Amino acid sequence: MDIKALGSKDWGANVAEIATAEPTRRDFLFIATGAVGAVGVAAVAWPFINQMNPDAQTIAAGAPVEVDLSPIAEGQIVKLFWRGKLIFVRHRTKKEIEEAEKVDVASLPDPQPDSARVKDGHAQWLVVYGNCTHLGCVPLGNQGAYDGWLCPCHGSVFDTSGRIRQGPAPTNLPIPPYAFLNDSKIRIG
Amino acid sequence: MSGHSTYVPKSPVMKWFESRLPLFGLIHSSFVAYPTPRNLNYLWTFGGILSFMLVAQIVTGIVLVMHYTPHATMAFSSVEHIMRDVNYGWLLRYLHANGASMFFIAVYIHMFRGMYYGSYKAPREVLWILGVIIFLLMMATAFMGYVLPWGQMSFWGATVITNLFSALPIVGEPIVTWLWGGYSVDNPTLNRFFSLHYLLPFMIAGVVALHVWALHVVGQNNPTGVDIKNPAKDAVPFTPYATVKDAFGLVCFLVVFAWFVFYVPNYLGHADNYTEANPAVTPAHIVPEWYFLPFYAILRAIPNKLMGVIAMFSSIAVLVFLPWLDTSKVRSAVYRPLFKQFFWVFVAVCVGLGYLGAMPPEGGYVIAARVLTAYYFIHFLVILPLLGLFETPRPVPASIADAVLAKHGGGAAAAVAMGAASAPSKK
Repeated sequence: MDIKALGSKDWGANVAEIATAEPTRRDFLFIATGAVGAVGVAAVAWPFINQMNPDAQTIAAGAPVEVDLSPIAEGQIVKLFWRGKLIFVRHRTKKEIEEAEKVDVASLPDPQPDSARVKDGHAQWLVVYGNCTHLGCVPLGNQGAYDGWLCPCHGSVFDTSGRIRQGPAPTNLPIPPYAFLNDSKIRIG
Repeated sequence: MSGHSTYVPKSPVMKWFESRLPLFGLIHSSFVAYPTPRNLNYLWTFGGILSFMLVAQIVTGIVLVMHYTPHATMAFSSVEHIMRDVNYGWLLRYLHANGASMFFIAVYIHMFRGMYYGSYKAPREVLWILGVIIFLLMMATAFMGYVLPWGQMSFWGATVITNLFSALPIVGEPIVTWLWGGYSVDNPTLNRFFSLHYLLPFMIAGVVALHVWALHVVGQNNPTGVDIKNPAKDAVPFTPYATVKDAFGLVCFLVVFAWFVFYVPNYLGHADNYTEANPAVTPAHIVPEWYFLPFYAILRAIPNKLMGVIAMFSSIAVLVFLPWLDTSKVRSAVYRPLFKQFFWVFVAVCVGLGYLGAMPPEGGYVIAARVLTAYYFIHFLVILPLLGLFETPRPVPASIADAVLAKHGGGAAAAVAMGAASAPSKK
């Protein structure tokens, strides 16, 4: 290639010239160097981005926790933390269970039957994450039109199954992973 | 602009230095000899006031960091330590906290002034967009700074605002976890906000340098919106005229600032933030700081989570396109009778949104917020483009000198002066 052309400021003309000719060894080296350089930049950038993800200590704090249900009276809502996230354990009354079960599922914004939100044979125990699915505030228990929860921030209303009924929250309160160890003990996580 | 330096170094040392780095020549041409329109009013002092506030926030912030502990278990008590134990700590913290509010008061006046006098129009588009970038950086800085005392409002403000990103489909949840460094707002979140809160003001300072540079390339706008045609008649040197006027404006502004700091230091804050952060309880009524309220009202006005977030960010993004949305060739509202009215309606709408942002999201407040949100966007996307086509502007003066003399001379004298002044421009 013409060295003078390379030295000139008119790179566009130079590139056009190369495009019409057979690829040269120089073209190959140019692209290969650029590609390796881009991979290198990405490889160095990744640690700087990934350092912000949950660290080993935070993840380790996600070890399962066992909860003794026996002291929780009927009608009571207990708050606890797992992985730094708030969880509600609600001991539902017969009336609250009935209200949750008799709803026409198709009419719900996020359709889900009550049976899908509790464990078989443990319908009196509702275990849900305690942060509103709108913007993360903590809803207040036993309030709102459905006696479930009412979020004080932006007015989302949840029923006694933790399902969204009114307001800006897009989904039901999610269910954390948990299992019954026996009738009065659950393990979350 | 004919602002090239007339600076001549006198001493041999200065000559030696200037020939190697023409720093004093640059300062002289930018802040001494720089031609300033002779008709600038006090609204033009807010650029200088904002520069002062940025420096004030950085200085008070740096000394506060000498006593603050960025840890979830200690941050709240370290702020109380600053308030009670540190020498003049109460003063430094109140200066910094109220300084943020003063910074936003000044920037909103500065922005509305730019809108009223059409300061965003060609050739000042880049200048305006740099200003929007500074505004965004200011909002990010203020938000993260408010989290640092780790009170209830800090914690729940951080939770609500970071959760905005969870509205994004698919990538939303991983992004929020990444922002938090965990599964909820916690110590890692506080640490990174502290780091970024320290960094962003210096990024603002960098963009401010570009903003001032762009300003000095295209020159200042002025109340007539007419460019400087004859520097000898239309302009005065920056020093002493603008420097003294800016200094006086700044002193008046500082009187207001001092009144807040010394008499009502907590008036603009929330009592809830004097309660330590508690992830199990949300305060009954959470609201952001006053300067975010209009945008918060827009967020809450939309019943859909994702659309609410998009509307809120769009309300700021639309400012970037303002230079092209306003189709009128006339810059200043002084000569635009219809725009002038719509401008004040827009100001009222912004204030109204601010009021609604502080009210609970129920009943009539939600309906009002929807109406005002719709108007906010209609102003930019419908009214401004159409006004430029249908409005008949009043005659614009031939030069700044004409406008000044017509205003301050007597009737006949002004007519003569106008004829005399406008004659050369016809040649």
